[in-house]
Amino acid sequence: MDRNIGKKVLLAGLLILLILFTAACSNSDSDAGSTDKENDPKKAKNNELTITFRSGGSTNQGLINWLNDMVIPKFNEENPEVNVQLSPLEVSEGDYFAKVALLLQSEDTAPDIVTEDTFMVNSDASAGYLEALDDRIESWDGWDKVTDTVKKGVIAEDGNIYGVPYNTDTRGLWYNKELLADAGVSVPWEPKNWDDIINAAKAVKETFGDDVVPMWMNSGKATGEATSMQTFEMLLYGTDDPLYDYEEEKWIVKSDGLVDAFKFIDTIYEEGLGPNLSQVLNGQGSSIAYQQLMPEGKLAIGLDGMWQTGNWHENGSAPWPEFEDKLGFAAMPTQDGNDPGTTSMSGGWALSIPAKSDNKDLAWEFIKMASTPEMNLELQLNDRNISPYKEVAENPKYQELPFFEEATSFLENTNFRPAVDKYPNVSTVIQSLVEQVVTDAISPEEAAEQYKVQVTEIVGADKIMEK
Amino acid sequence: MNTASRAITLRSIFFLLPSWILLLIFFIGPILLTFYFSFTDLALTGAQAQQMAFVGFDNFIEMFQDPNFRISVTKTILFLFISAIIGQQVLGFLLAYLMKEKNTTFRRIIGIVVIAGWVTPEIVVAFCWVAFLNDSGTLNAILQSFGLETITWLYTFPLISVCVANIWHGTAFSMLVFQASLDDVPKTIEEAAMIDGASKLQILIRIILPTVKGSIVTNMILVTLQTLGVFTLIYAMTGGGPGTSTQTLPIFMYNQAFVNYQLGYGTAISLVLLLIGVIASLFYIRSMKVQI
Repeated sequence: MDRNIGKKVLLAGLLILLILFTAACSNSDSDAGSTDKENDPKKAKNNELTITFRSGGSTNQGLINWLNDMVIPKFNEENPEVNVQLSPLEVSEGDYFAKVALLLQSEDTAPDIVTEDTFMVNSDASAGYLEALDDRIESWDGWDKVTDTVKKGVIAEDGNIYGVPYNTDTRGLWYNKELLADAGVSVPWEPKNWDDIINAAKAVKETFGDDVVPMWMNSGKATGEATSMQTFEMLLYGTDDPLYDYEEEKWIVKSDGLVDAFKFIDTIYEEGLGPNLSQVLNGQGSSIAYQQLMPEGKLAIGLDGMWQTGNWHENGSAPWPEFEDKLGFAAMPTQDGNDPGTTSMSGGWALSIPAKSDNKDLAWEFIKMASTPEMNLELQLNDRNISPYKEVAENPKYQELPFFEEATSFLENTNFRPAVDKYPNVSTVIQSLVEQVVTDAISPEEAAEQYKVQVTEIVGADKIMEK
Repeated sequence: MNTASRAITLRSIFFLLPSWILLLIFFIGPILLTFYFSFTDLALTGAQAQQMAFVGFDNFIEMFQDPNFRISVTKTILFLFISAIIGQQVLGFLLAYLMKEKNTTFRRIIGIVVIAGWVTPEIVVAFCWVAFLNDSGTLNAILQSFGLETITWLYTFPLISVCVANIWHGTAFSMLVFQASLDDVPKTIEEAAMIDGASKLQILIRIILPTVKGSIVTNMILVTLQTLGVFTLIYAMTGGGPGTSTQTLPIFMYNQAFVNYQLGYGTAISLVLLLIGVIASLFYIRSMKVQI
């Protein structure tokens, strides 16, 4: 009998606890609504603007500084009641796009402004994640100031505009003048073909042994698009075989260029001219190379983008006052010096409005304010990328920035990634194959074989060709 | 059926209903959805994110032609065999057997040490092992202090590294299962065998092992299913790399779904993973001829 009473008391106690818990949970919602209205998303939605971009490992520090110091204060002058919130994603480059795709799927999670790499604009637009901006742009006088080639990056296959570009870029070979000179390579270095690069790297290895990494190229899946674009495509577009044939509207899945590009990467690692795999296959690879090794004089050559100077100026993540004297920025040569002699790749980023944003008008006001030549100049002074505005390019303050003359000159022979659906998927195939070649899991020839199989699977057998 | 028993049936249905509904929404529903999505070309981005199409068995055909799928199956089997069947199961049994009938304090101390690995969250385990095996990690520091060459463990022996981490993490579970069942082996039989002149090894093989056969199968199934699903540990330690060297099926599935944006293909892989788990369990039950 006693035990039964004990059980009943226990049961009653548990029930009361349960009720208290549920009450507590539901209370927290309604209380927050009545006492602190600003935190209730439904009531405060028109006063809050969230911006999503990639951060972590000092990525995008220039962009963050610019938003915090320039754009947001100016925006708040005109819209004092609006609370602009930065909502960065601290992920590796490889993960950013998947995270963004997931965020944009729901009204509850979609930010009001998202930074999109232009290669994702087409595919995120066809997924219905982004808002077409055509109507808004029509009644805005700022659009004409944007360079036409850069505009192409934000126009999807349906012909609509899905973002306002805030930068573009070029890529080339960063090199440490002192290290190359000590290794007997003549400076300023002007490699004429791929062999010149390998020979210079070999000379560095012979001179410095294990103390200096001769050549850094992003080579892993974790570095995502940087592996496809800064490494593989910089090589491939120096051969006669690009990724995509615009006339035939087909993907080139078999070519000498593909094999040769994989072979070049393989040679660098086979000959011990690259960094440790634990460094280069790391998601933070780029920071290791350009915030640590290069300033420490432990990296001789790096194939990467011009934005790396953003690390080294006084407000950058790894200030390095001497970088201007210590470094050179050489154009990437074509494979055998074939026409036009040098090559580069250009991409860029844009500000877009998610289709499920609950504050599109305000977001557009913000984008308009951020997308003026004056504002953009401020961004480039911080972030050190190429401006999409003609006016900025002519500004002496911008022209005087170190290495901007070289970087801008690379635009002459630059290439753009195929602006077609499925490029993002093909790009991940490239990343995974490059990593497999680098880790010796497959040979360059096998990589080219697998590229054909996997890309055919992705784009369909009617959209491929061989060369 | 009389009225009274019908009333009881109705009442039990009524009381079971909430849990059935919960099961339906949170368990059966997702499984059916997975099944459905695996026959579509659903994508994370691109036109197929908005409008997926039914593609029949395309995902499965693609999978069996995909060299990376074959690699992943091999890696999964290796990981399963080394870290679960050999590592956790054998080591777990050995620990339990050696601790059998030892003094309580000793049992308690060893138990706590082993179980500490098990109660540590997977992600923490992964970070501990990365800190230990890393280029400038503890193990290399020890090697260096003896004047030996350092080794980039996670890049030179990636699969072994994750297997060791998984064994360290999971052995306690097997140990606990075997401890419980070894205690159930009747002492009298063992003593009788001993009087008849049986050696320790003979007792172990002829008496103890057959008696705990049921636990071996149960444990084998649980450990297999647990190991087939290991994602966090491998992903945090090596990301499935370098290259494809630790790309087990869960990692492969994640990569296809969330890195290559092919959700449909990813779910198809998860379905195959489920099937492998079921087949392995049936195989164990059959080969050991036990009832569960």
